[in-house]
Amino acid sequence: MLDIEIDGKAVQVPPGSTIMDAAELAGTYIPHFCYHKKLSIAANCRMCLVQVEKAPKPLPACATPVTAGMKVFTHSELAVDAQKGVMEFLLINHPLDCPICDQGGECQLQDLAVGYGSSGSRYQEAKRVVFHKEVGPLISMREMTRCIHCTRCVRFGQEIAGVMELGMANRNMHSEIQTFVGRTVDSELSGNMIDLCPVGALTSKPFRYSARTWELARRKSISPHDSLGANLVVQVKQNRVMRVLPRENEDVNECWISDKDRFSYEGLNSEERLTKPMIRVDGSLRQVEWNVALDYVSHALKDVANMQGGESIASLASPHSTLEELYLLQKVTRGLGSGNVDFRPRRREFSADGSVAGIPWLGLRLSEIKELSAALVIGSFLRKDAPLFAQRLRQLARNSGKVSMISVTADDPLINLHARATVAPSELTTVLAEVIKAAGKLKNMPLPAEFEPIDPSVTSRAIAESLVAGEKNAIFLGNVAEQSDSAAQLHRLAQQLANLTGARFGFIGEAANSVGGYVAKALPTALNAYEMFAQPRKAYVLLGIEPELDCHNPQQAVTALKQAALVVMLTPFISEAALEYADVLLPMAPFSETSGTFVNTEGRVQSFNGVVRPLGDSRPGWKILRVLGNLLALPGFEYESSEQVRDELLQSGDEFVSGLDNAIAGVPVLNNAVRTDLQRIADVPIHFADPLVRRAGALQQTRDSVAPTARMCATTLQQIGAADGEPVRVRQGAGDARLTAKLDETVPSGCVRVAAAHASTAGLGDMFGTITVERA
Amino acid sequence: MAILGAINPILTVDIEGGNAWRLDDYVKRGGYAALKRIMAEKMPPAQLIEEMKKSGLRGRGGAGFPTGLKWSFMPKDFKGEKYIVCNSDEGEPGTFKDRDILSFNPHSVIEGMVIAAYAVGAVRGYNYIHGEIWEVYKRFEEALDEARAAGFVGKNILGSGFDFELFAHHGYGAYICGEESALLESIEGKKGQPRFKPPFPASVGLYGKPTTINNTETFAAVPFALNMGPQNYLEAGKPNNGGTKLFSVSGHVNRPGNYEVPLGTPFMKLLEMAGGMRGGRKLKACIPGGSSAPVLPAEIISECTMDYDSISKAGSMLGSGAVIVMDETTCMVKALERLSFFYYEESCGQCTPCREGTNWMYKVVHRIETGLGRPEDLDLLGSVTKQIMGRTICALGDAASMPVQSFIKHFRDEFAYHIEHKKCLVPLDVQRSGSGFFKATV
Amino acid sequence: MLTQESITRIDREVAKYPADQKQSAIMAALAIAQEEKGWLPSEAIEFVANYLGMPPIAAYEVASFYNMYDLQPVGKYKLTVCTNLPCMLSGGVDAGEYLKKKLGIGYNETTPDGKITLKEGECMGACGDAPVMLVNNRRMCSCMQPEQIDKLLAELE
Ligand SMILES: Cc1cc2nc3c(=O)[nH]c(=O)nc-3n(C[C@H](O)[C@H](O)[C@H](O)COP(=O)(O)O)c2cc1C
Ligand code: SF4
Ligand code: FES
Repeated sequence: MLDIEIDGKAVQVPPGSTIMDAAELAGTYIPHFCYHKKLSIAANCRMCLVQVEKAPKPLPACATPVTAGMKVFTHSELAVDAQKGVMEFLLINHPLDCPICDQGGECQLQDLAVGYGSSGSRYQEAKRVVFHKEVGPLISMREMTRCIHCTRCVRFGQEIAGVMELGMANRNMHSEIQTFVGRTVDSELSGNMIDLCPVGALTSKPFRYSARTWELARRKSISPHDSLGANLVVQVKQNRVMRVLPRENEDVNECWISDKDRFSYEGLNSEERLTKPMIRVDGSLRQVEWNVALDYVSHALKDVANMQGGESIASLASPHSTLEELYLLQKVTRGLGSGNVDFRPRRREFSADGSVAGIPWLGLRLSEIKELSAALVIGSFLRKDAPLFAQRLRQLARNSGKVSMISVTADDPLINLHARATVAPSELTTVLAEVIKAAGKLKNMPLPAEFEPIDPSVTSRAIAESLVAGEKNAIFLGNVAEQSDSAAQLHRLAQQLANLTGARFGFIGEAANSVGGYVAKALPTALNAYEMFAQPRKAYVLLGIEPELDCHNPQQAVTALKQAALVVMLTPFISEAALEYADVLLPMAPFSETSGTFVNTEGRVQSFNGVVRPLGDSRPGWKILRVLGNLLALPGFEYESSEQVRDELLQSGDEFVSGLDNAIAGVPVLNNAVRTDLQRIADVPIHFADPLVRRAGALQQTRDSVAPTARMCATTLQQIGAADGEPVRVRQGAGDARLTAKLDETVPSGCVRVAAAHASTAGLGDMFGTITVERA
Repeated sequence: MAILGAINPILTVDIEGGNAWRLDDYVKRGGYAALKRIMAEKMPPAQLIEEMKKSGLRGRGGAGFPTGLKWSFMPKDFKGEKYIVCNSDEGEPGTFKDRDILSFNPHSVIEGMVIAAYAVGAVRGYNYIHGEIWEVYKRFEEALDEARAAGFVGKNILGSGFDFELFAHHGYGAYICGEESALLESIEGKKGQPRFKPPFPASVGLYGKPTTINNTETFAAVPFALNMGPQNYLEAGKPNNGGTKLFSVSGHVNRPGNYEVPLGTPFMKLLEMAGGMRGGRKLKACIPGGSSAPVLPAEIISECTMDYDSISKAGSMLGSGAVIVMDETTCMVKALERLSFFYYEESCGQCTPCREGTNWMYKVVHRIETGLGRPEDLDLLGSVTKQIMGRTICALGDAASMPVQSFIKHFRDEFAYHIEHKKCLVPLDVQRSGSGFFKATV
Repeated sequence: MLTQESITRIDREVAKYPADQKQSAIMAALAIAQEEKGWLPSEAIEFVANYLGMPPIAAYEVASFYNMYDLQPVGKYKLTVCTNLPCMLSGGVDAGEYLKKKLGIGYNETTPDGKITLKEGECMGACGDAPVMLVNNRRMCSCMQPEQIDKLLAELE
């Protein structure tokens, strides 16, 4: 530690700190614009100039390393004079029309100008005018005249998002932030640049001019989307969510959120919101009062249970549901005598269910990722499935951690990868076995005989080497691995590799409550999420899901729903598809209108309150289910708050849930069968992944939201006899879809990438099943 | 153009003929002898650096930093590549000496770089050549080919086991790339935006590796200093100002061009060598070290000798040795306006005081020049320069401010006249006659 | 997008730098592309960026930072006149005025026949030869008094 003095106050700082770091430790504020703790140091704004004893000139606090005995003065005449000088320069070309600026009230320049600016301007020349730029549906760059050239946005792209989309073109005072000639900004983390921009140059397009910061109430919440559970500040005006911003939590989302977390709120105000209960009467859905609806549901369910047996009822929930909703759903279902309950609609293979020691989870804390020496990600569309998780691995790779991937398409994760293998879904186990073989050899450990014939590729050896050499390693199974036909095999192989190399292993997790669902026991004792449609039931209760988009095999799900006598949906939204099969629609409050809990991928318990009142007659899911439990006269439904529901499951005050354990019994069986059929690779595009984001207007206009195509490499295209851009008909089972063939060399040969979760592909079958493609 | 005159020259001896730049000719003049000797003797690098320190050679790029000392900053036990970079981005208005060195004596630069590489343990080097001098760049590449073929550059140089690869990098029009860290960024394929220092290039330079950067003339002087012996080289100049220096004399003189003279040569002597004042007119002012150096009025510069210390004592800088001579036909407001435009145009745009300040200064000087000046403008300019100087990432901020301060300091009356009368103190037709372009009007 | 000849020249530049530093060749590659195309259309910038494995915007930053790249079409001949102070003292500004009058265009303009574009340049490091001008970034013309300018213009076909 070094002893230094800031404004006469003694501080101890670690060597290598800058004056800015030291000031933060000392609780001294030094004005700044370009400095940001998560970005590299640019030292270009010069706002942080301070006086240092013996230095003839003021020095930038953000870039100046401290030395032992250094005496820093942040408010001396020299320092303040320098800061005021910089402020004057920043303002000469900046419009002084804060009242009409969208950033007004939350502008760092405005705030600091109050302290460091002077009243009149000595600059009387014409001000610089910067032409506005069009960069897509999320970020507004209409007022680039306000830019102060701090380059935070540029550095964010280069360093955090991993893709340089914005740059500073030209030079001198004509420097301008822009994209490459008219390009849009497409990063899934792009919205963070709006937060980083200290002035009103980059603003939120959907939010622009819809409210003033001081009119907004700020409420805490948790993102309902991916498994990270990003902490949010939801800003509300007149009972309407106007904007979502990150709430800093270094251990979870740091200070970032994905664009999905940020802009999905538009879906909350979608025209498709269901605001009144509806019941099918004489073939069509009619609005009814709550008591009528719930009476009907309880009677109908009771009838089915009594007449056909409890097992003819099945309940399926979205993994984006709250812990409380999931818990009560399974309680109601079991109360009706059914063990057919699940919350994992996109899974195909459940044989691990009886064999896992505890609740499957990430296998380590998110904050530990930065300490890893090597990481292996298996079967994940990482960037789109878990943007901030990908971001952590990106930083790891930047700091010399070795990140490798085994995946089913060669999408660019924007991570500097150590090694990567891209294979058909059915081959994931093969590559993993190769890595195990290679690791076994390196460690000189015996392996079962079936590994004998395996000959690891160069890539597999490179992956094994990184895991064997590293001090602290981890193996992560992604969504594809969980959704694949060989999920349990991959789980066992990952465990075997982890045992061999001393690595941790776990699951990245698909959704906000992928761990929570296990905690809530929303798990089948009879039919699982796939079987309950494969073996059609008489009645279904659907919680927060849209089966035609959210199930592993939508074709099968919809067929089953259409034949069922009763389909009850608890949902915030009404859709075309539901009109066909739903018998009862119960308007359920989305995350913003209910209290609840998400347990993120690292097992972190994050409870939240509603930030606005439920829209129309919507009700929180836990309340609906509680009343249903009462109406069904089931025991143990006396809850008065969601907290009471939660506390039945968790010790109140627990930061993390207990019982997390990925250990799986049984040895992996290597599958040597060679598949010759054409395999489908179904990704779940980031903005189609759940009902809320599917209705977020601006996100639906991004490049990530283009309609699915049939993507194939040149070899596969040739086999099919189709050309890039030609219409094709893809078929699975009884369903088909008409798509455009697209040449895409990131897809392994023998595979066709056709996205799930989109209306145009809802008629298809298994996500990774056999598929046929023919020219249309 | 060429070297138009010299006193006790070192660098520019016998370089006139059309083929003097070729390897054969250079070797005939004693070229590569220093390198051969070092390689043959396997001279310890530390001793070589010691000799450079003794020679009193100071960097010719502008700052005058002692070369031997700079080399000694390179980490000795660094694992990985180290680099040598030559700064031939000569873009400082008034400077045109490096171009002549590269045209007429490119092998001296190559030899100097190889020696420097040996001294600091570098394995690779680049010569960054000013964008506008394509022909010179091509010639340097040719000279490099010759040196490579002769075994002076490349693997196992002269059988010594020492490897050093050297390449030329062509600039493309940005004054700021003369600033050493901007130059490194530029070689890395980026915009030429200077880096914050520390760390200095000797610890974090090209591609993040330790790097020594010197000016073309500095490297060119190395073999000569070693050949004649450090003591003799030192004595060829003045104490603390070793050797000769090339001065680029431009402006209102009869024979603008490069002159190699010992450091310490009187200014008036240099002026005389440059053929005296054009048309016999009176000397008004002189910028003695490139456009960034403060201007000195005739009375002061006439008394100076051309070396780092004397010029600095007179309140200016020897800088790159670019002597811009102005006679009585010069309107000092117009002269400053043009310089201010230059700095405004060439600011890299990254740091606030320079980006905004150079623009502001230019606009105010321009306003004065076009007759729209206000009485408070001179104080305003003074205050703006103070807000820039010492507060920027690189020295361009200072370079842009010093002309403004010095022009106003020494020629305040002329600026005041401009503001008051909305026109030049020097009548336009007199100004027009100064350039000698339209000879008819002279 | 670029001819094989240009690609070969770019490869030669790439070879000057460490294998993992291809981006270092961007300046040369852009210059070569500009030489082939006459100016730098954005497709050329993007092509070069992809060729060197860098983001197109990073290449654009470079193309827009350095003076000698032309992001707009220019005439067959681009004449850049140095008007900086040392040159100005010896006729640089006058030479520019002379050219403007002779060609009937201003700075940053192109003659109607598309032959000549006139540009004002910054110090070219040749102040002793003022007035100086650069033809197509390559050929430096020294001591350009009116007669020499006339001769140059007659020569440019
Ligand atoms: C704005 C600016 C422009 C510069 N231009 C040049 C230049 O054109 N040539 C040069 O050798 N040094 C130039 N320098 C100085 C270099 O940064 C550096 O100090 C020099 O190359 C070191 O070489 P030396 O020690 O041999 O002088 C410039 C510095 C600044 C701040
Ligand atoms: S002083 Fe000027 S040229 Fe130097 S870094 Fe700052 S903006 Fe760039
Ligand atoms: S915060 Fe230090 S220079 Fe910008």
